[in-house]
Amino acid sequence: MRRIVVKPEVCMNCHLCEVWCVVAHSKSKDIIKAFLYEERKPLPRLIVEESRPESFALQCKHCDEPDCIFACISGALYKDEEGRVLHDESKCVACYSCIMACPYGAIKINPLTGKILKCDLCVDLGFPPCVEKCPNNALEYVEVEIGAEES
Amino acid sequence: MFSHLLPEFIVERRDDRCIRCRACERQCSFEVHRYDEELDRMFSDEKRCVGCQRCAVLCPTGALIVRPHPGEYRRNANWTGERIQDLKKQAETGGVVLTGSGNDKPYRIYWDHIVLNASQVTNPSIDPLREPMELRTFLGRKPDVLELRFNGGDYEDVEIATELHPNVMIETPIVFSAMSYGALSYQAFKALAMAASEYGTLFNTGEGGLPRELRKYGKNAIVQCASGRFGVDPEYLNCAAVIEIKIGQGAKPGIGGHLPGEKVTLPISVTRMIPEGTDALSPAPQHDIYSIEDLSMLIYALKEATNYEKPVSVKIAAVHNVAAIASGMVRAGADIIAIDGLRGGTGAAPKIIRDNVGIPIELALAAVDRRLREEGIRNKCSILVAGGFRCSADVVKAIALGADAVYIGTPALVAMGCTLCQKCYTGKCNWGICTQDPYLSRRLNPEIGAKRLVNLLRAWSLEIKEMLGGMGINAIESLRGNRDHLRGVGLEDWELEVLGIKGAGE
Repeated sequence: MRRIVVKPEVCMNCHLCEVWCVVAHSKSKDIIKAFLYEERKPLPRLIVEESRPESFALQCKHCDEPDCIFACISGALYKDEEGRVLHDESKCVACYSCIMACPYGAIKINPLTGKILKCDLCVDLGFPPCVEKCPNNALEYVEVEIGAEES
Repeated sequence: MFSHLLPEFIVERRDDRCIRCRACERQCSFEVHRYDEELDRMFSDEKRCVGCQRCAVLCPTGALIVRPHPGEYRRNANWTGERIQDLKKQAETGGVVLTGSGNDKPYRIYWDHIVLNASQVTNPSIDPLREPMELRTFLGRKPDVLELRFNGGDYEDVEIATELHPNVMIETPIVFSAMSYGALSYQAFKALAMAASEYGTLFNTGEGGLPRELRKYGKNAIVQCASGRFGVDPEYLNCAAVIEIKIGQGAKPGIGGHLPGEKVTLPISVTRMIPEGTDALSPAPQHDIYSIEDLSMLIYALKEATNYEKPVSVKIAAVHNVAAIASGMVRAGADIIAIDGLRGGTGAAPKIIRDNVGIPIELALAAVDRRLREEGIRNKCSILVAGGFRCSADVVKAIALGADAVYIGTPALVAMGCTLCQKCYTGKCNWGICTQDPYLSRRLNPEIGAKRLVNLLRAWSLEIKEMLGGMGINAIESLRGNRDHLRGVGLEDWELEVLGIKGAGE
């Protein structure tokens, strides 16, 4: 399946992937409205790991055999037919078992709901905006086997 | 010391757009932007701003406007703001005012006073989209006469009987100027190499050597042998297409180079073959060249080292006696002479030198081409010109004035992101071009850089073809030295005389 691959050697730590992730998961999908006017400001579902000069964006790898799904006690995490690891918030009980199980540390806590936040590969938008908007092509959305990837 | 300097730029932040994403803060190496968590606001320290526009371009909501600061000294045609600021800088530092990039003073730009011809009625123009148009150029010494041998009675089987000198073929008469690894980031240097290789032209290593892993791009490289001899070894010379002896540079004629020790990182020290962290000092002269005879010795030493298989170029800054010097260079054995004009760029130079020394490339080129023709030795070398070429029309005009090809430095950097903020010498280039800071240099993805450079070469080449077609010429070779296609506008008699062109209407 197509996954997001990071190229840390050209990541310039601008965090614009984070910004566009927020916009993609906002109600209005408008950058200024999402950040300045929406009541429940959406949160980024990716993490920019930073230790200067190095940095890279980290999002869910959508593993073939996802530890988070095996760890999930309520069935909130599941794999769709494409292989994406998705999260059904209505079923989530905020036990954070997935956070402990994830080998990448790619799952975050949503401080507004107490539940979890993770990358959904922007299923509805067709193409993840974090990749599309990266000014230096430090993210790629490509067909890749998990395990074959360096990070 | 308390600074008396006025800020040069003002940063306007449109608060109705700022989303506090802090991209500006993370991108500014000069630390202009700052986020205050308590107030949830961004602040700017304008005194630090160099106007590179990185933040304005990266801001996802277009909230930032960076423009010249409206605060100014009392207007004075003699004591301009720049003069006053430079005086204050010197009073505060006691040092030479440094700068980067090319001469920004309003010397006459002759390209803007030369117009091109086009075909009307009496000769047909050519449509480059429908008919073949040749931009291919050969750099190197051409024979005095060309003898052909016809085998058999027919004219089908022809051989060139004359022994030809080594020549290098380029697909377009545009070559990347000498910019060293050390002055440039590895990423920028690699992008130039990749682009030259993809388009079929040349890049110039400058005087910083060629990293081993980039020697695969050697057949598209002009390798320099400069006064510091950095990175020169037999493999370096032999992997290249052309070897260039650097005598001078347009931005700083008569001045050497100085790469400060903090920029001499491990990979640069390996490439330059000097200890890590030591200053890389290029002496002002080549200490083994004090005469044309000495130059000839180095030219032939390099030819000997490369088995007479590569053209040797000699690069000088355009100065007063450039035509006589060029003649001497050709007689010394140079196959290519490269002339860098008054507006040539640099990574670092004393501002007083950059802005006051040298002559415009247009006049130097015309003088050299005429002198070599008069002496009957024009065929013995190719002329490469550099220094202030801004667009494809400048290239066409230069070729009509007698150049074989044109070096572009600043346009290539601009294509990769440079905004001519002239702060190259600080090593803090926010665009990742002129820096060795690993946090900054990664901003230039060599693949994107190379793509932009190839696009630039392609765009200029297409425009050159359009201009040639308009003149009714289908090969760049037919334009070379063809001054009939040029006319001067608003030039004095002596200028027309030096340029060897007629005034418009004549």
